Amino acid sequence: MGSPSLILALLGLSSVSYYLGWRRSISLAQGAVRNLHSLPGYHGLYTALWAAVPALLLLCIGVTLKGPIVTSIVVSDLPAEVQSLPPERLNLVINDIRNLASGNIASRKSPAMVAAADRYVRLQGYAAIAVTVAVLVLGVFCGAIAWRTIQPGKRARNAVERTILGFLMASSTIAILTTVGIVLSVLFESLRFFQAVPVTDFIFGTEWSPQMAIRADQVGASGAFGAIPLFAGTLLISFIAMVVAVPVGLMSAIYLAEYARPRVRAVVKPLLEVLAGIPTVVYGFFAALTVAPFMRGMGESLGLDVASESAMAAGLVMGVMIIPFVSSLSDDVINAVPQAMRDGAYALGSTRSETIKKVVIPAALPGIVGGVLLAVSRAIGETMIVVMAAGLAANLTANPLKAVTTVTVQIVTLLTGDQEFDSPKTLAAFALGLVLFVVTLGLNVIALQVVRKYREQYE
Amino acid sequence: MAHQPGVAVMEAGALEFRAAEVEDTDERRESRETVGTPFADDPRMTCRDVNVYYGDNHAIKNVSLDIGREQVLAMIGPSGCGKSTFLRALNRMNDTIDGCRMTGEIRLDGQDIYAKDMDVVPLRALVGMVFQKPNPFPKSIFDNIAYGVRIHGLAESKSEIEGIVEHSLKRAGLWEEVNDRLDQPGTGLSGGQQQRLCIARTIAVSPEVILMDEPCSALDPIATAKVEDLINELGQDYTIAIVTHSMQQAARVSQRTAYFHLGDLLEVGPTDQIFTNPIHPLTEDYITGRFG
Repeated sequence: MGSPSLILALLGLSSVSYYLGWRRSISLAQGAVRNLHSLPGYHGLYTALWAAVPALLLLCIGVTLKGPIVTSIVVSDLPAEVQSLPPERLNLVINDIRNLASGNIASRKSPAMVAAADRYVRLQGYAAIAVTVAVLVLGVFCGAIAWRTIQPGKRARNAVERTILGFLMASSTIAILTTVGIVLSVLFESLRFFQAVPVTDFIFGTEWSPQMAIRADQVGASGAFGAIPLFAGTLLISFIAMVVAVPVGLMSAIYLAEYARPRVRAVVKPLLEVLAGIPTVVYGFFAALTVAPFMRGMGESLGLDVASESAMAAGLVMGVMIIPFVSSLSDDVINAVPQAMRDGAYALGSTRSETIKKVVIPAALPGIVGGVLLAVSRAIGETMIVVMAAGLAANLTANPLKAVTTVTVQIVTLLTGDQEFDSPKTLAAFALGLVLFVVTLGLNVIALQVVRKYREQYE
Repeated sequence: MAHQPGVAVMEAGALEFRAAEVEDTDERRESRETVGTPFADDPRMTCRDVNVYYGDNHAIKNVSLDIGREQVLAMIGPSGCGKSTFLRALNRMNDTIDGCRMTGEIRLDGQDIYAKDMDVVPLRALVGMVFQKPNPFPKSIFDNIAYGVRIHGLAESKSEIEGIVEHSLKRAGLWEEVNDRLDQPGTGLSGGQQQRLCIARTIAVSPEVILMDEPCSALDPIATAKVEDLINELGQDYTIAIVTHSMQQAARVSQRTAYFHLGDLLEVGPTDQIFTNPIHPLTEDYITGRFG
């Protein structure tokens, strides 16, 4: 029996256990559920969990150990001269045996190996049967014991709830562990990078040209890994984006929350949120093929020198993309300001705009600041638009009409195409990722601090 | 305790006589005509045939009532009887509610406040309002009070604003408690202090009329006593209309009392008389606690 059907069988077993546990608790209750400590459903769940969980754990262990054990038995039966091969060669032989066993083409074929392959197939079959039997027996055994222990006074609810709590904790731990794993992997790769390139050169260097000589005699390929131009470019584009997104988003939020009639709001708000649903790659080619040439044409007619891939074009389009973030979040916070606050202002003879400017917005400010900072981290991490519209030239400039590049763009270019995964060029991507992560984390911490400060003041 | 009833007290004897004369019949119990003395000799606000609708719901039915100058008028009645709605009609706060319609006439010092050319902004400065739940702005104590002064341009200089803030806080009896922390947020005060801050905020724009919508219902008895003292004191200089669920409170702070019942104004009279010798059988039922 394969693992999927085994899992199905376990599910069936636990359903049956549920029913049996439920039945037994009802019959023990002697007609009054009140006599039970826990409701019959909890007794059912208790039995079902005992039937399923230990068996599933055993299945996991069995599946993981099955392969190595079978392989080691097969190897121990191979001729002595094969067993004494160095590990890499031995691995090749094992691979061949596996290939033969699954009917694929193997590079070498000898009667001994064919025999080994047969043995391998046979052992695999035995192992599968052993695991299946063990799992099913364990499931039935544990379920039966749990079923036997059901008594009217049994605290089945507490046990079930503790188990569920365990599942919940395990789920959140998975998310946290994943994050920790990503951070650690980025950190270690970055450390390898910093062995090749000094940290100070990376953080304070003003020149970025990530080419490494593959051969010692190669010309014109001495790498320079100064990240400042990248961060300057990222900040420039994010700044332009925020200049567009914050006023437009905030003002549309104020209109929607305070002025718009319900019918207008019902139409406009979803329309605005459609902006958030457009794939960023679409924004990207819109920026590269429509906005950038338009800017260039405008610049020419004004006598300005605009690069065909300018920070301005990328920033403007990114700003448009971020508008719904700012407006939707601000709209929610503005709506959350209690009506009593507005009534108080109106009752003092405030006009609507005075009420909004001096009472509603200050009251909503923590939420608005939080939304804006969220939008900033989104802008810094945005990739597709800048890949297509901002260019690759690592210019250190504050001129929005020039081409700049960003951290995310460089990570993309460093890791696309055929790469050696141990050259500083590739490892630089991890270092950039690490710094990006640290910056975003810092931003979020600041955002939380700001929000908390205002909270203390206003609640 | 309550101040001596002013204008209306002269008629009280006559009304007592009428009350004694008329039997408590079903016909009288069914009547929705206003009895008592809805009109004052020298009114600050006059309301005639006021009707308020929320959509299809007829919330206020043909109410005619005067609010006397420098007097406290208490409005009592069971929940949902329309007293808060009527109060909010007096400074057009109902305008902010969708689907709320009003007919009839309300005048402040002879001027129709629902006239087409009436600007609600100065009106609401003249007719201030204190709400059921204290609602200080998320600003400092000082700015809470300076807010109205600034938006109406009532002060020329910073020192003038400071003077108004100090005066308003003193009038509201809050100065001693907060003068060393005017820059602290108003929301950090206790409930009773917040409510007095809201009253100070209202006084700061020098209104003529102050409307209070159950100003003590969210306060403890000690804070309530302080706010009631304040209402008694303010009643000497301001015209006040207060909605309350507490009949003791109405008796303590008001000179006249109006009893509302399901959108009808059933009875108006001097507070003493309403509580000792009501004319309308339903008023009597409410006051003696038979319902409500």
